[in-house]
Amino acid sequence: MIDFSDEMLERYSRHILLKEVGVSGQEKILSARVLIIGAGGLGAPAAMYLAAAGVGTIGIADADVVDLSNLQRQIIHSTADVGKAKVLSAQETVNAMNPDVKVVAHRLFVDSSNIAEIISGYDFIVDGTDNFPVKYLINDACVLHKKPFSHAGIIQFKGQTLTYVPGAPCFRCVFPNMPPEGAVPTCRQAGVLGVMGGIIGTIQAAEALKYILGVGELLAGKLLVFDALTMNFRKINVNKAKTCPTCSEGAGIKLIDYAAPVCDLKKH
Amino acid sequence: MSEYDNYIDITAAVCPITFVKVKVALERTDDGKILYIKLNDGEPIQNIPRSLKDEGHKVVKIENNGDGTYGLYVVKNGL
Ligand SMILES: [Zn+2]
Repeated sequence: MIDFSDEMLERYSRHILLKEVGVSGQEKILSARVLIIGAGGLGAPAAMYLAAAGVGTIGIADADVVDLSNLQRQIIHSTADVGKAKVLSAQETVNAMNPDVKVVAHRLFVDSSNIAEIISGYDFIVDGTDNFPVKYLINDACVLHKKPFSHAGIIQFKGQTLTYVPGAPCFRCVFPNMPPEGAVPTCRQAGVLGVMGGIIGTIQAAEALKYILGVGELLAGKLLVFDALTMNFRKINVNKAKTCPTCSEGAGIKLIDYAAPVCDLKKH
Repeated sequence: MSEYDNYIDITAAVCPITFVKVKVALERTDDGKILYIKLNDGEPIQNIPRSLKDEGHKVVKIENNGDGTYGLYVVKNGL
């Protein structure tokens, strides 16, 4: 058992008081390892809540530097961080929030050559990316290596999230193939209400914590769809697809780098 | 009866750290064993026994120490 200092008991008191967490649950959180891919709109709030919760090791993977246009929603970064590597900016914020948390900074683009090794060191993966090629790769790699992960996407006033655990339907059971070029704008093109990352990314953090604690019901086999304009949350049951290109029997998935649909803004 | 297997004094703590400390002490107590809790009159004696019951522990005896403190004898997971 971890020897909780008085300071730690006070920091995590509101967790320890919960019947579903308690002392042993907080110990699980403190010894958990969660990887967040993308320190952006979704990854920023997810990382911050997981840090506050005391997740012992938080990996953050991102190759980008902080841009002024990120600050409208990526609350882990500040104005003074513009131009700084996102993983470093995120690491500084987390370190300032909670000294109990160790941040592992992966400053790289996650691709088919490195994803297996990166995810192997973690218990749970949060997909906080904003592009389809990497989302499909994360799904394929997590299914192949039997890693639970939280998928999410946000655009305009809409968001969706689904949790994969080995044996449950995967993201590609629902969305088997990447949308064709131009069919779906990326949030870079279409805009996104800043709070969408906070709402959906925080749900991803909640799923990670529930998985670590082994409590409640995960969004496994459920796609949660949220519309901020109408404030409707909808939970849609999804099933394992017999023809799923990733998780169906004999799919023989190989990790590849999917081609990114060309951004309309760049084309014209 | 004044026998117990484990002991915690929470008279120096304030709510909600009082119950947090009790939970830590219970974590270090085996099922069916008795934890003795020394606590203050007022809010602690009003709330701690109820919280213990909510979590499935049995308060078997309450002693008034006569100095503004109480002693609780609690059987871990005794309910
Ligand atoms: Zn599938």
